[in-house]
Amino acid sequence: MNRQRVALFWFTATVAVSLVAMLVPLPEVLQPFKPYWPALVLLYWALESGERVSLGLAFVVGLFADLLDGVLLGEQAMRLTALMFIALRFRSRLRFFPMWQQTLAVLALLLNDRILLLIVRTFAGEASPTLSWWFSPFVGAALWPFLFLLLDDLRIRLRIA
Amino acid sequence: MPLTREEPSPLFAGTVAGTLRLLTYLALAMVLMVLDHRNGWTWRVRYAAAVVVEPLYRLAGAPSAGLHALTVAFAERKTLTEENQRLREDLLLANAKLNRMAAVAEQNQRLKELLDTQRSLELNVQLARVIGVDLGPGEDRIMLGIGANSGIRVGQPVIDARGVMGQVVHVLPSTSVVMLVTDPAHAIPVTVERTGLRTIAYGTRDGSGLVLPDIPMAADVRAGDRLLTSGLGGRFPPGFPVGTISQVQPAATGMFLQASAKPAADLDRSEDVLLLHDQAEPAGPPAPAASVGPPADLAMPAGAASTAPAPRTGAAR
Repeated sequence: MNRQRVALFWFTATVAVSLVAMLVPLPEVLQPFKPYWPALVLLYWALESGERVSLGLAFVVGLFADLLDGVLLGEQAMRLTALMFIALRFRSRLRFFPMWQQTLAVLALLLNDRILLLIVRTFAGEASPTLSWWFSPFVGAALWPFLFLLLDDLRIRLRIA
Repeated sequence: MPLTREEPSPLFAGTVAGTLRLLTYLALAMVLMVLDHRNGWTWRVRYAAAVVVEPLYRLAGAPSAGLHALTVAFAERKTLTEENQRLREDLLLANAKLNRMAAVAEQNQRLKELLDTQRSLELNVQLARVIGVDLGPGEDRIMLGIGANSGIRVGQPVIDARGVMGQVVHVLPSTSVVMLVTDPAHAIPVTVERTGLRTIAYGTRDGSGLVLPDIPMAADVRAGDRLLTSGLGGRFPPGFPVGTISQVQPAATGMFLQASAKPAADLDRSEDVLLLHDQAEPAGPPAPAASVGPPADLAMPAGAASTAPAPRTGAAR
């Protein structure tokens, strides 16, 4: 009983931290390299405990991120829902991939996310982005093994199933 | 552990129900996006949710504020003394200039009274602090630490010591968002200081500077020309520095000259900014601005002046 509460708290905390990390600015030079934190954290939870993450939850987290980020209400909701759908569909296989394959899969997912974003932006009539806009998925994928190991270690220490 | 519980996603084939749910959510998100794009809902919803959202902004702004505090705390005494000295000199110089200007300003005031114009040289400003928050990639926006509770309204111009920074586009109870002049969606009516040519400066695609895409071929514009706000459109008061032209070349269409400009304001480094309160004319274009251009016999042909469509002044969003 208590363990479940700790698990729920830990899950909410990681998602909340990822949302705040999305808002924290980096120095001007590093700005284009900022990974899409909420997607990475949600991906981790989708792979590790798939029954906790559903499409509805991804949608709600995305809506909240939209409220914070303020670009277009529903944009991140759509991106995160699509991302979670693919991740949950291939969950059983992704989980047993060796780390390097998993990293490649995450890269593909994040690139797909950027393409979705590009489509939305184009429809919204915004200017097409510069080359540096495409760096973020690669940084996200490069950070994935470390994030995964860190979160997994903490999860095991907290004994969350 | 995972083996004991039921596996919701089968190894190879997905369920139809899952796909249906995905489609429902995607459709919902698209409806939201279209509604938001048409009506600008996000900010109304966010205004309602400000109690939750604003502390998060403060929290996200804390690292950069802390970093700044650390820099100040660990800065060498010598550096600080030097900076202090420099600021004193600047202040002295500025005061000396002001004293000289005072007489001119008074004379200007009297002449303007004679001419029956309302515009004055006095500034009604409010100081605001910038919160370091990243508002999405490709968006040239900054967040300020004051909002509707301090009387901030959408459309107020924002300046720093060197020039125009942008305008307020969204207001929350105690924070507000400023669109910078370098945002691709921003346009500001300007006049070239040297010749009085009126045109419009847009933000560039990558948000690094300003671009003036429609200068007539015959116009006299050179690198190094200073750009001032022209006051057309009634949003920015006239006479504030906007930027300096860095290069001029024929546009891709060959019909116009295209100039790029460097913004005058310190867009990346400003920590404190000034918000201008509305001046004499609250909305709509002012009476034909006789005070900006050169004398009538030197003015550009009529076609040149009319390239500035007033409605584009606002944030196009």
